Amino acid sequence: MSSLTDVPGAAGQGQHRSGALKDAALSVSPGRRAWQRFRRNRLGYWSLVVFCVLVVLSLGAELLSNDRPLVVRYEGKTYFPIVRDYPETVFGGDFQTPTDYLDPFIRERLSKDGNWALYPLNPYGPKTLNYFAKSPNPSAPTRDNWLGTDDRGRDLLAQLIYGFRVSVLFALALTAVGVVLGVITGAIQGYFGGKTDLAFQRFIEIWGSMPELYLLIIFSAIFAPSISLLLILLSLFGWMGLSDYVRAEFLRNRQLDYVKAARALGVSNLDIIRRHILPNSMTPVVTFLPFRMSAAILALTSLDFLGLGVPPGTPSLGELLNQGKGSIDAWWISLSTFMVLVVTLLLLTFMGDALRDALDPRKAHA
Amino acid sequence: MSAASDSPLLDVRQLRVSFAGKEVVHGIDFQLKAGEKLALVGESGSGKTVSALSLLRLVPDAQYGGSALFAGLEDVADKTPRDLLALPERQLRGVRGREIAMIFQEPMTALNPLLTVGEQIAEVLQLKKGLAKEQSWLDAIELIAKTGIPEPERRARSYPHQLSGGQRQRAMIAMALACRPRLLLADEPTTALDVTLRGQILDLLSQLQRDNGMAVLLITHDLHLVRRFADRVAVMENGHIVEQGPVADVFAAPQHPYTRRLLDSVPTRDVIETAAQPGTPALLEARGLQVSYPVPRPGLRGWFGRDRFVAVRGADLRLQAGRTLGVVGESGSGKSTLALAALGLLPSSGMLEVAGGHWGEGRVQDRRLRQRIQVVFQDPFSSLSPRMTVGEIVGEGLRVHQPGLEAAAREARVRAILAEVGMAEAQFPGLLDRYPHAFSGGQRQRIAVARALIVEPELLVLDEPTSALDVTIQKQVLGLLQRLQKQRGLAYLLITHDVDVVRAMAHDVIAMRHGEIVEAGPVAQVLEAPRHPYTRQLVAAAGG
Repeated sequence: MSSLTDVPGAAGQGQHRSGALKDAALSVSPGRRAWQRFRRNRLGYWSLVVFCVLVVLSLGAELLSNDRPLVVRYEGKTYFPIVRDYPETVFGGDFQTPTDYLDPFIRERLSKDGNWALYPLNPYGPKTLNYFAKSPNPSAPTRDNWLGTDDRGRDLLAQLIYGFRVSVLFALALTAVGVVLGVITGAIQGYFGGKTDLAFQRFIEIWGSMPELYLLIIFSAIFAPSISLLLILLSLFGWMGLSDYVRAEFLRNRQLDYVKAARALGVSNLDIIRRHILPNSMTPVVTFLPFRMSAAILALTSLDFLGLGVPPGTPSLGELLNQGKGSIDAWWISLSTFMVLVVTLLLLTFMGDALRDALDPRKAHA
Repeated sequence: MSAASDSPLLDVRQLRVSFAGKEVVHGIDFQLKAGEKLALVGESGSGKTVSALSLLRLVPDAQYGGSALFAGLEDVADKTPRDLLALPERQLRGVRGREIAMIFQEPMTALNPLLTVGEQIAEVLQLKKGLAKEQSWLDAIELIAKTGIPEPERRARSYPHQLSGGQRQRAMIAMALACRPRLLLADEPTTALDVTLRGQILDLLSQLQRDNGMAVLLITHDLHLVRRFADRVAVMENGHIVEQGPVADVFAAPQHPYTRRLLDSVPTRDVIETAAQPGTPALLEARGLQVSYPVPRPGLRGWFGRDRFVAVRGADLRLQAGRTLGVVGESGSGKSTLALAALGLLPSSGMLEVAGGHWGEGRVQDRRLRQRIQVVFQDPFSSLSPRMTVGEIVGEGLRVHQPGLEAAAREARVRAILAEVGMAEAQFPGLLDRYPHAFSGGQRQRIAVARALIVEPELLVLDEPTSALDVTIQKQVLGLLQRLQKQRGLAYLLITHDVDVVRAMAHDVIAMRHGEIVEAGPVAQVLEAPRHPYTRQLVAAAGG
């Protein structure tokens, strides 16, 4: 009798009846199930899709918005100005300087008998000055400059595309550095606890009370402003919030039975952290990713707005906003920059909301 | 009136409950007469709690079908039964607490921690009966006194955390009975309490039920409680009532196979009976073992130092290969602390020898010891990492102790040990790649046993190995452990609060209370003729 009752009979059979249907779902990892819940949230899922499309498009910004043609066919030969510089003399000009493909003279030569040039959708780069604009700078939207130009005659659409790319890449890098630092410090505090935790906590309190903005102003006065300097300075302070969440998760998870069982098995501290606690502590990290990205974009934008951000000449949404403030009549500058920011931040927020719901432990078993 | 006493107080017909199209209660029928005690028994997931909560429409996001005719509504003059499931929400709110009251499993979460117990009871009286403030306070004290809490006036001014577990449950009962309900729904009212308290709370409920003449619907998984308390019993399985009738009839002659299995679930003893051999060396030996940990001093003094709380005080024990030492005690007795100390997971002082070695002699020595002593924890839901596959969980011990083993050989060992604990690949296709959430509690506990056994230990610490499991599953897991002991000659250090489990498994027993061993000896002697009053109390409560 005992050898019979010993086999998981009742529960096993119960599971088997409904088992055939669920079999496919059984070996699905918790992460995949969260992803399936995320996909069911249509607003969040489509926000992710749209955001990814925008990022990919902006990564290929040179193909979309550039002051050089992609391909030129000139007198029987094929040229690729997008990857190589050609002097004007190649296309029948007078100077050895690199060709200005917006010059009406060059344009004419390139469209004469049998010659052709394939221009990008928006034939301006972020730094291209439109010397041939028909109205004074800043110019309102025209057929040449679809969103108008800024106060130096640069095409606004091109600036927005490149500025978006800079913002998103910067945000990704800042988020990645912040996550790595935050997870490592949080894991150390939470896992070892006690005096380690105490020392780290006091350090974070002191570090966190440093005036970030003053430091930025001071450093931008000492060093030449650059994106990497900004990245380092913002990273120095960006990890603390996340580290607190990871620490709390570790404190909670380290006293669960599966960690005790691993310790009883003799698993080393590093392996316990890496294999057991960390995967179970990533929920707040993942949940906060989109919100951290939108915070990073906002931070870069506001620093640029204040003139503490990227070096002059770099396409930047904050600098455009500043221009919009400067020439308040040029409504197209502020309005279109504002729209880009709103759409970007909204997409990130929708994604964040959907992620939070998907990872909600109360819904984890649904 | 005589006609009314024959007609049921509550008549549930074809009650169906479903969540998002998934039906969990499939049309159940039962009646409850005024002053009657009906027990709804079943294992977890059988739908018993959902069925009871549905009567007050307290289940969030649920759709109901069928009817629940209740004849005790006060504002219906002729006492014609009304369907609770069709009652407007506003009217139902009046019913909750006034005509039908509830008590829950965990009084700590059911009481508001920021209000005193007296205030909470008085508030119910003010809301539901419209009493004035002073009168309601006096009534509250009277109610508290009725539930047998000493010094009711002082206790009325206590906050929930200042009461003991049993007192809190009594306060909950006082609150539920404040409006003299006609029907009390008691959802696992004693499960969170220690065994010696369970009987007292049940006796209190019985007495109050007689005094007030109310009907009680008791929801429980514990057959001891049913036998002791109820007039009639309804057995639920997978959302169906499979059998109902008077308690004595059902217990004496169960008709349905599930009822029979449930009644047959008292664990049976099936171990190799050997007497302790004084000459042979012990696998685990402790003399004067002491475990303490720092606790902050109360108030401002906590800033300047910590006191030490002694969880285990001078414990002596000895366990030989192939034998089981049961450690019984209630929560807070220090038995789990003792287990963690034996595993070397908590620092201890005094003599502790594990398989001829001692903890803390160095990394390499400790790792070698860890291979000889392993552990199975109580809660199979928290003892397996939800983000690791079964293959990773079970194979981890090999990764640590035999790092040279090739992946294929490791996988073969994992499959073999899983098959040994009754989890064969044939039964669960893709077993090694599944995650713990795909398994029931009993199956998870088997996986936990496999994880411990794969390093081939000689001593297994079982920390409440079955108390989170349903009774029928509990019997299966204990059977597994007995078989493994016979086949592998394992020694078990069995930590439990359940005297039935000790009776089935142990060769020797020690009883612990407040960190001290109050009685130790062979199982027959301790359980049949307990000497210490505490042990006697434990054994009596379990027999109840």
